[in-house]
Amino acid sequence: MRSNVSVGGLNRSRLADRLQIAAMYAPAVVLFGLFVFYPLISGVRISFTDWNGYSQNYSFIGWDNYRKLFSDSNIRTAFVNTIIYGVGSAVIQNVWGLLYALLLNRKFAGRTLARAAIYLPVMISGLIMGYIWYFMLQYSGGALNDLMLALGLARVDWLADPRRAVGLILFITSLQYVGQAMVIYLAGLQTIPQTYYEAAEMDGVRVWSRFRHITLPLLAPAIITNATLKLIGGLQLFDLVMALTGGGPGFSTHSVSTMINYLYFTSQNAGYSATLGIALFLTIMAITIAVNRFLRKREVEH
Amino acid sequence: MSRIRKLALPPLGLALAVIHLLPLYIAASVAFKRTTDLSSRWRLPDYVYLDHFKSALLESNLPRAFGNTLVLTVSTAVLLVVIGSVSAYPLARIHSRLNRLWMNVILGVMMVPTLSVIVPLYAVMRDFGAINANWGIVLVLTTYNLPLSIFLYANFIRTIPRELDEAAKVDGCGHFRLFYSIVLPQLKPVTAAVLILKGLKVWNDYEFPLYFLQKPHNQTVTLAISRFFSDTSSDFGSASAAAVMAVIPVTVAFLALQKYFISGLTDGAVK
Repeated sequence: MRSNVSVGGLNRSRLADRLQIAAMYAPAVVLFGLFVFYPLISGVRISFTDWNGYSQNYSFIGWDNYRKLFSDSNIRTAFVNTIIYGVGSAVIQNVWGLLYALLLNRKFAGRTLARAAIYLPVMISGLIMGYIWYFMLQYSGGALNDLMLALGLARVDWLADPRRAVGLILFITSLQYVGQAMVIYLAGLQTIPQTYYEAAEMDGVRVWSRFRHITLPLLAPAIITNATLKLIGGLQLFDLVMALTGGGPGFSTHSVSTMINYLYFTSQNAGYSATLGIALFLTIMAITIAVNRFLRKREVEH
Repeated sequence: MSRIRKLALPPLGLALAVIHLLPLYIAASVAFKRTTDLSSRWRLPDYVYLDHFKSALLESNLPRAFGNTLVLTVSTAVLLVVIGSVSAYPLARIHSRLNRLWMNVILGVMMVPTLSVIVPLYAVMRDFGAINANWGIVLVLTTYNLPLSIFLYANFIRTIPRELDEAAKVDGCGHFRLFYSIVLPQLKPVTAAVLILKGLKVWNDYEFPLYFLQKPHNQTVTLAISRFFSDTSSDFGSASAAAVMAVIPVTVAFLALQKYFISGLTDGAVK
């Protein structure tokens, strides 16, 4: 498409071209360099020290932090919880959101209200949602325990049992964010041509088969998006845990993110905290890439 | 059978709406009730009582926190639109190996969990003198929200036909002129999506303010609320009133701009 300019002119315009492109990239490159890549690299350096986060003095301690990472049972709990929050969010919110989308894709009175009510919590900060849930879960006067009493049952100390607390956190984050998956599935359902269903119906294909062989394969892009979004979101869960349990009782509901915060803020173990940060980064990277590869391989072209 | 099912849909939809709004209802019930009123939270008061809201506003820096959060959100959003669109343009229009690498870098940055870099990032920010400074946190918020902004803009620019670009190029237009006069005017829909998605994200952000804004006078809404719940553990009424007030602007924005919210979230997600 380039017009026939002289050779020298071409070179000059090419240079100008390149400079302009470089200038367009520059702000983003500078920001990523200063606030992402430089910290990532210096994080690796810090992970080999016993730095406390503020002092000028620290010493290099080799692989000690990494060795500690593998023998620390609180860290193991945090990693297990993080996998539960991440994989749990991805599975629960995908199935739940797809059910909502299939239901709310039909026309009926109150459909708009239901969609809005399910989506509204997505807008609210997870931190505030966590605090609000406190009013539901409180032992005395909490809304759930009032319900238990009204039903003639005993009150429950909802967040006292570690397993139940982890389950509740997973449930609350799913209840809050399922609307996001629903909306993406609704948009996905809109892209499936109605004629596919009509043809299948004429051929006498049953409802379940239609879902299995038309809806599900054609929703693949939406499934991939949702699975990836929920997985990343769940693996990084921080604010809800901070608001609801602060990681307790003991260390039982900590995610890796809240654990990093605890090690840095409360126990002033910046070196160790940075080590855990690197472990979290690598874990999330590996899981996300693996899941994405797996899902893309199964995606059908249409 | 199918008629019964149809009749069951409206009540089912209503039940789902109730379940999802229940926590907000309970919080509102706590906020509107006198502290001495020990009736169940399921029941709304039969009197009007706004003292919790008054004390939440007057005895805290919540109003100031709202102002601060608005400033941070607007500044970050403007930067995300400007930097995002400008650097998405060559990414969408020019095919080269460098660009493919750049795209992978952007996707990689999208995956970096905030907390995983917080220790070294804090050290960097302190060296820059950027702790407790608005410009510092705005730059960090911009950086970590930039990948999705670039990604959305690049996807959108790819859908704009190139004929106009080519014509302008033949006329001797440089990339800047071309972007400014031909591509930019067409970016309104994706800009709405970026503003809504990212504006909301920044408004609700907790991790970065927690570390980089530690003075009471530059608190954000999320920080002010968390202070409320951790400090005045006895005064649930005011804490709840503060939470309810924090939810209101987001709710209003959502109801007013619902269409854009949904399209912003789903554009590019299903194709």
